[in-house]
Amino acid sequence: MSETLLEARGVGKRFGALAAASDINFRLGVGARHALIGPNGAGKTTFINLLTGVLTPTQGQVFLNGDDVTNVAQAERVKRGLARTFQINRLFRGLSVLENVYIPVSEQLGAAPTMFRPAGRHKDVIEMSMNLLEMLRLQDVAAHKISELPYGRQRLVEIAIALGLAPKVLLLDEPAAGVPSAESHIILDAIARLPKDIAVLIIEHDMDLVFRFAEHITVLVGGKIFAEGTPKEIAANPDVRAVYLGQAAHG
Amino acid sequence: MSAPDFAAHPATSALVNRHRLRWWEPIPWILAIGFFYMFPRHLGFGNEMLVMVLFALSLDLVLGYAGIVTLGHAAFFGIGAYTVGLLARHGIWTEPLSGLLIAAAVAAIFGLLSGFVLLRTTGLTLLMLTLCMMLLLEEAANLGQEWTGGYDGLDNVPIDPVFGIFEFNPLYPTTQYIYILCVLFIGFLIVRTIVYSPFGESLTGIRENTLRMHAVGAPVRKRLVICYAISAAIAGVAGALWAQSNAYVNMSTLSLDRAATVLIILVLGGYGRLYGAFVGAVAYMVLSHYLAKLYPTAWQLGLGLMLMIIALFARNGIIGIFESLVARRRGKPAS
Repeated sequence: MSETLLEARGVGKRFGALAAASDINFRLGVGARHALIGPNGAGKTTFINLLTGVLTPTQGQVFLNGDDVTNVAQAERVKRGLARTFQINRLFRGLSVLENVYIPVSEQLGAAPTMFRPAGRHKDVIEMSMNLLEMLRLQDVAAHKISELPYGRQRLVEIAIALGLAPKVLLLDEPAAGVPSAESHIILDAIARLPKDIAVLIIEHDMDLVFRFAEHITVLVGGKIFAEGTPKEIAANPDVRAVYLGQAAHG
Repeated sequence: MSAPDFAAHPATSALVNRHRLRWWEPIPWILAIGFFYMFPRHLGFGNEMLVMVLFALSLDLVLGYAGIVTLGHAAFFGIGAYTVGLLARHGIWTEPLSGLLIAAAVAAIFGLLSGFVLLRTTGLTLLMLTLCMMLLLEEAANLGQEWTGGYDGLDNVPIDPVFGIFEFNPLYPTTQYIYILCVLFIGFLIVRTIVYSPFGESLTGIRENTLRMHAVGAPVRKRLVICYAISAAIAGVAGALWAQSNAYVNMSTLSLDRAATVLIILVLGGYGRLYGAFVGAVAYMVLSHYLAKLYPTAWQLGLGLMLMIIALFARNGIIGIFESLVARRRGKPAS
């Protein structure tokens, strides 16, 4: 594998008696296309929260670009190139699509603390925002409010906000969750077109999406790593089929 | 792909042109100047309105834009008023313009310190804490009788002529009116510039989704504290103007009554809308003036009914009604 960007070493988290995650070792290199799967309650979102700094692990360490960031705040990890999306949309609902992307981009480009120059005059921020919207094929709805968009496109804005932070590592928490199947192809397309140099970790229930996207899959069960490998190996692994794929076959 | 491409793109025009002056924006100022010539005998009332507009603008910045729910904003109004009053009454400082700056600085420092503590909380807790802080200050003004005059306040506060030339006349407050109008204009320009800046955009982001703002790496609390301190400074200037133009200070500047009035004004006019402060202050004060004449004993009933109608049917205030009318004429659904 190429140079490691994000690494978890023996990471675990206990909530009282419950071990939501334990002893997880995990590496994400430059340009990785990695999927994290597992049944409901397997600790996938907990693990994402540990990586991003929403939660502090009770054991182990997290490294970003080789630096120990275990006790570094979420905002600082974002500055160092770690961005995420949310399983349930967390958008600026009352604002336009362009403004939704403008906000993270202005943080990323350092324009956000500026008080005495209009937002509309920051051409660099607007240009980068529109480039992103173009990449995600959202430029036509840039002036629309979030509430005027169909759900699938709202999910794309969720991705656009994360990309606005110019991340080196992007964590996608169920990007297609709740999207009607008629719209889900736009999410697939968008993920396929993500810049190649970004390392991507995706959590997803949609096995179709996972197997088309991922070059490497980690299976999490009960807060522990259950299996790892290429999509082929995972698909052929009878244990995985037993605990997960069989269960999810209906969905 | 060059920058002008996107600046010309129809999708970006709303954002690119947002800060540009619109044709109707001079109207409130023309009306304010018109008032000066048409109602020379009601300039005292006019002064009161202009001060409330500035005060409501300061509240709009924290409540309407940043989404900080406060019920204690009169604390900063009172701090500004008492700063000017105490300095002048005790013969320390009587020059009006620098007095405003001192009031702004004192209120800003207070906003910075209290904001640093209070803005760790949100919602109902924040509401109660801001209220408590204001009531504590009110009680301090009451107890510090030797300096503050206690319940009676300080009267005959001496204020120097503006620029050493224009004297404040309590009976014909023409100087006060022009002075307050000029300060209001400057205050308005500052607020307008801030809300259309990237900083203002990030405040809106905090109001719309605080958790997401943390996730995009924004220093949320720092932004809120800065915004709170700026707003406190402007509220302090409003209070200082009130004290200077009336030549007295009393505990009403710090009271819940005033804090509630400015909140009602903002809701009535429309919060998060910049001009809601203007429309709300004028509507509230004119309405209460006439209702008090018509029904001296029950005039607040009319205000209450008006507020209920606004809260039920026009959540975005009077400005919001105009916005939806304009949107309907253009055939777009109002948001």
